[in-house]
Amino acid sequence: MEGALVLLGDGGGGSSGVSTNESAVLSKVEVVSEAESELELGLSLGGGATGKTKASNSSWEENGRILTAKDFPSSVVSQRTNNGGPSSVAVSGTKRSAESISHDSGSPTAVSQVVGWPPIRAYRVNSFVNQAKTQRGDEEVKPKYDLKKKHNFNGNEKGHLGFVKVNMDGIPIGRKVDLNSHSSYETLAQALEDMFLRSANSLEKEPLTMASKLLDGSSEFVLTYEDKEGDWMLVGDVPWRMFVSSVRRLRIMRTSEANGLAPRFNETSGRQRSKPI
Amino acid sequence: MCVVFSFLFGLSLMHKKMEFPFPDEVLEHIFSFIQSDKDRNSVSMVCKSWYEIERWCRRKVFVGNCYAVSPRMVSRRFPEFRSIELKGKPHFADFNLVPDGWGGYVFPWIVEMAGAFPWLEEIKLKRMVVTDESLELIAKSFKKVKVLVLSSCEGFSTDGLGAIAASCKNLEELDLVDCEVDDLSGHWLSHFPESYTSLVSLNISCLVSDEVSFSALERLVGRCTNLRTLRLNRAVPLDKVADILRRAPQLVEFGTGTYAAELRPDVYSDLAGAFSSCKELKSLSGFWDVVPDYLPAIYPVCSKLTSLNLSYATIQSPELIKLVSHCPNLQRLLVLDYIEDSGLEALASSCKDLQELRVFPSDPYGVEPNVSLTERGLVAVSSGCPKLMSVLYFCRQMSNEALVTIAKNRPNFTRFRLCIIEPRTADYLTHEPLDVGFGAIVQYCKELQRLSLSGLLTDRVFEYIGKYAKKLEMLSVAFAGDSDLGLHHVLSGCESLRKLEIRDCPFGDKALLANAARLETMRSLWMSSCAVSFGACKLLGQKMPRLNVEVIDERGPPDSRPESCPVDKLYIYRTIAGPRFDMPPFVWTMEDDPSLLLS
Repeated sequence: MEGALVLLGDGGGGSSGVSTNESAVLSKVEVVSEAESELELGLSLGGGATGKTKASNSSWEENGRILTAKDFPSSVVSQRTNNGGPSSVAVSGTKRSAESISHDSGSPTAVSQVVGWPPIRAYRVNSFVNQAKTQRGDEEVKPKYDLKKKHNFNGNEKGHLGFVKVNMDGIPIGRKVDLNSHSSYETLAQALEDMFLRSANSLEKEPLTMASKLLDGSSEFVLTYEDKEGDWMLVGDVPWRMFVSSVRRLRIMRTSEANGLAPRFNETSGRQRSKPI
Repeated sequence: MCVVFSFLFGLSLMHKKMEFPFPDEVLEHIFSFIQSDKDRNSVSMVCKSWYEIERWCRRKVFVGNCYAVSPRMVSRRFPEFRSIELKGKPHFADFNLVPDGWGGYVFPWIVEMAGAFPWLEEIKLKRMVVTDESLELIAKSFKKVKVLVLSSCEGFSTDGLGAIAASCKNLEELDLVDCEVDDLSGHWLSHFPESYTSLVSLNISCLVSDEVSFSALERLVGRCTNLRTLRLNRAVPLDKVADILRRAPQLVEFGTGTYAAELRPDVYSDLAGAFSSCKELKSLSGFWDVVPDYLPAIYPVCSKLTSLNLSYATIQSPELIKLVSHCPNLQRLLVLDYIEDSGLEALASSCKDLQELRVFPSDPYGVEPNVSLTERGLVAVSSGCPKLMSVLYFCRQMSNEALVTIAKNRPNFTRFRLCIIEPRTADYLTHEPLDVGFGAIVQYCKELQRLSLSGLLTDRVFEYIGKYAKKLEMLSVAFAGDSDLGLHHVLSGCESLRKLEIRDCPFGDKALLANAARLETMRSLWMSSCAVSFGACKLLGQKMPRLNVEVIDERGPPDSRPESCPVDKLYIYRTIAGPRFDMPPFVWTMEDDPSLLLS
């Protein structure tokens, strides 16, 4: 379709056709300075405590960081990558991971990286992924009649294997993140950063003040999660798969509130966590 | 229906000529035979007095987009409605393309109706955010409510359900379809008082908690002798099913819980006996975790079954073949692709009454096929089932030849949704795009109302669609097309199109702006990961005051990027309610040009 565009029909208010002005509107390119200072706050799980490092491709600024267990001296070094091989983590999780670090066969994960494709509703995926992974390829279908075993399905108790709710202090609207599409804390952190901190910058209201406090560096955020037993833990202290199997929901908490967590974490770090199935 | 219409047409002519001798009550009586929303809308447009008469006697209100109109406008126009159906989020929200918090809150509607419509009987909601507060307000305000259907809704917990159970003494139908419910405990069922016996339909299949108060459930089922539909959730074990069925042998529709237990002859015979006693059963669903040896327990009821949902049942083809061969009257089948081509061939020969088939993928994210389900299964069914009208089919390969055959076999398709799992997959035989195949579908299936495309597709397929799909109302497009021409063909050609949803296609500004007026005749347009610029969105918003043009972008405000930058997601819908004010920070409604609003 070449030439000037015409808005067909009566349109509103009888504006007569589209003049070249409108075409000009469409074709004009506003030059925006790339260096426009838009402070972007980063979720950081790796890197040092000081903010100067440009961690991989995450665009986080010195002043904003979400602290995790790594920042605390006694934290256990978290295992970042899936070890691959047969695992009890839902197979769709490994196959969907953008990183695909764990993918044994090395075959391309073509379909899997696209959000919302194939178009199947989450509850459907969640409910039969659990069944299918044990029954695929089996001659005999193994009965899953032991109700107690249900809780060993990987995923939070709600049964929504992939999606967990995330709330950030000060932001009334919670979000949901699909854990299946992540294979490590880094990608999860990046996604949360995209979801929350970018939006926070664009808000007109209250959270802007929160953002500016972050800019001052006077307050920071911590990423925490509620596990199956209802305890709130710092994200990052356990191997990824163990985290995925026990996380119920996430919360980006103000550090001031989370201070209590760190020592508690220290106390509980010795707790015998049951091994993932 | 045709008789009524020709009669009405005659009446309207008389009315226009002012020869109309009958009082309004006569018209009202005649209108009472007109139930469908579309027809009611047509009737109301004949003339002013018909509009007035109709609005006072409309009992069922359907709002396809809750933002197209405000609650106040609805209650003002229809002062006597008894039933309301509201839809919220765009369809692609089902696949997580609509970020959480986008909107679709039912609360303002409940508030509006609570005061003015205490006699409300039916509330049906789809893809809306329903909070416990809303449910509590429903429970408090509508003492006569009989039907509550929540489909793909979220935001509430079993506490809200408890409030409904406790207060809604006249409730007959409580239907939770694919909702996301915060399942705090199974005890909400006990909130139905012992004196409550009106339940006719209960669907709790989407509740995920393991806790269900079995005794409350059994007592409820036992005392509600009018119960016709009962869909249990996965938490209900197989050995409870027999108990429940024995208390409700009059059931017409039943959904099991987990269909698995240790193989025990006494449990089996108990179950088989319970099923046998259900002489009215026509529909079965549930079947999570199926132990195949327990399947024959349902054989006694199979011959009467018209609807079977096995889409959670991970049973293999041989068992599925055996099962469907027992169901000659099947009209509707939902199944996993474990059924394979061979199973579908068996289906085609056993189930001649089949009208609707949905085949879901058991391993949607796997790269290699895990089952032998190809285009052959669909061809077989299209050939063998003369009444087949509605298909949803996930597979990994397709050919133009197969699609043409299917189209010729089954020109009576009204819904054809094909999902070839890998995006942009070409015809596996010729390596060509599937334009010709889908073109045949729209050419031969003249009654097609709903179409979902997949595979490798160029602008040509849209040319066919624009040319032939004159009755198409809803079109879903993904990873298709080459240029704006594609979109232009659809918008300019598909006269009946109401809903268009597009993702990951190279469609940009030109087609959209050139067909802007068309958008006012549709319910909505969704475009995500396409090439529509922010500038075009702004322009559209300015020029079309009766459209809300919403830009959804989680990267931050669109005006922080150049105007030529494509927006992430775009949702355009017609509205007489103006822009909404309940948007989250990542949604922007393009502003109307104030000068145009005055005209």
